[in-house]
Amino acid sequence: MMTFLARAVLALAVFALSLAARAQLTIEITGAGANRIPIAIADFAGEPGVARAVAMVVRADLERSGLFKLVEAGAPLAENTAVNFADWKARGADALVVGSVQPAANGRFEVRFRLHDVQKQASLGGLAYVMTAQQGRTTGHRIADYVYEKLLGEPGIFSTRIAYVVKSAGRFELQIADADGMNPQTALVSKEPIISPAWSPDGSRLAYVSFESKKPVVYVHSLASGNRHVAANFKGSNSAPAWSPDGRRLAVVLTKDGASQLYSVNADGSGVVRLASSSGIDTEPFFSPDGQFIYFTSDRGGSPQAYRVPAGGGDAQRITFEGSYNVTPRLSPDGKSMAFVTRNGGRFQLALMDLATRQTQILTDSDKDESPSFAPNGRMILYASEIGGRGVLAAVSSDGRVKQKLSVQAGDVREPAWGPFPKH
Amino acid sequence: MRKQLMIVLGVAALIAGCGTTGEPEQSGAPVEDRDAKRVDGTQVKPVTTDDQLGSALAATRQGVLAKRSVFFDYDSYVIKDEYKSLVEAHAKFLVANPKVKMLIQGNADERGSREYNLALGQKRAEALRKMLALLGAREDQIEAVSLGEEKPRCSESNEACWSQNRRDDMLYTGEF
Repeated sequence: MMTFLARAVLALAVFALSLAARAQLTIEITGAGANRIPIAIADFAGEPGVARAVAMVVRADLERSGLFKLVEAGAPLAENTAVNFADWKARGADALVVGSVQPAANGRFEVRFRLHDVQKQASLGGLAYVMTAQQGRTTGHRIADYVYEKLLGEPGIFSTRIAYVVKSAGRFELQIADADGMNPQTALVSKEPIISPAWSPDGSRLAYVSFESKKPVVYVHSLASGNRHVAANFKGSNSAPAWSPDGRRLAVVLTKDGASQLYSVNADGSGVVRLASSSGIDTEPFFSPDGQFIYFTSDRGGSPQAYRVPAGGGDAQRITFEGSYNVTPRLSPDGKSMAFVTRNGGRFQLALMDLATRQTQILTDSDKDESPSFAPNGRMILYASEIGGRGVLAAVSSDGRVKQKLSVQAGDVREPAWGPFPKH
Repeated sequence: MRKQLMIVLGVAALIAGCGTTGEPEQSGAPVEDRDAKRVDGTQVKPVTTDDQLGSALAATRQGVLAKRSVFFDYDSYVIKDEYKSLVEAHAKFLVANPKVKMLIQGNADERGSREYNLALGQKRAEALRKMLALLGAREDQIEAVSLGEEKPRCSESNEACWSQNRRDDMLYTGEF
């Protein structure tokens, strides 16, 4: 016989689980790269449950990137067993990952893996991690990052996190999830809107705009402690926070002197300085990765276009010229290209400009794209879109080929921001 | 909230003052007012800011002052003629009641960037704020802010709906 209390606790637990399931971002791959690397990731030998879980994360990460094609791997293979390269070649694999999970001290596990180049019949290295049973996903992401970097020559983003806002039934939640959408955690719940989350360069804090006091106010929120403070609450509206690359200052948009204009403040809210001035709207500031320029949207020329000013002050330079609506300029981590939203015959689409040649490519085929945010390796751009009247997130590779859709079961997802590389 | 606290603190200071028998803080001979009514030092009359403004604010819930929204054309930030008499009525009320404060919330339709729409809503709020100021409302009485596209009155994606979302709302003390 179950007591009333036990039943109540069970009911609550089931409720909490269903809530977590509804809040879970699911990622669907809708387009893949042209030349995907065929790779076999064998089940790891040793502790069956943990070993399978780790290998599954590695497979899912690499497949979701759109740059790998999984080759069936069959039975578990440990990292120290001899590899029959001819056999793997016959199966069509260019690369092979093998590994093992063994019990270690204090209930922990030691995970070892090795990556092989099947064509060259050579090892490309491997690593060992000691982890708890709960860290299987984290370890899987780190192995996937290792494999990705060895085979593609650029760092992987599987251990990064993303922030986004979920709106459901008059409730706004600022959430943080792993880059694969798993492990969503709520940083802030509010009855009023939350927009424009921006990661501090070290990944420990988020700046955002909250309307909880009936007007837009900029906050800085430490994720680990949940402590937050007001970074800008001047008379009028306060919005569009952007971190300087050193994490010490925020560019913000204030209206304390009339129209929406660019200012900067220290992260603690002190030391307000005006950055630029125009007779119209200046908004959506974004620091170039070298900290030299601030890119922003301005209607000073009659229509909203992308501009930049030297971060230390100076003359504004117009960047976009084609079309009558080019907003939300966001630079790639290498500073060489600029993602922005362009209005194209009444449709709002994501575009990418090569800053050296000024050549622009439209990357999406949807009509309500907003808020682009580069992955820290520059490969993918995460953005907000709409499907069937519902807010979804989507990601597209900077060459336009790889496409993903990220959605939650009940509710609108919007305002994505891709976090920086973690500090290991 | 802060004001209420200050009033409470002020009353507390008064009570504390009643209890002391030391030298008067002001210089000059002490004057005893024999006609003054006896004050019982233990009684406190509660005062809140709402009570002070209550009767004035009641007027904002009736007649023309109960109308609080001004609507705008697409891509426009100009207060249309049809709203001039409404704005004048609100300005007159603000002038007559200098302790009353107003929050103007500008709004935009959903199309395009959220932050750019926030700036467009601000432009609408600012247009109304300037007009009220020209009509005599004090600078420190009015705050113009924007809710951008975040608080739509109508949530469908068509012009009939969008036209309701391109608006300014006027909120008085106690409503924000």
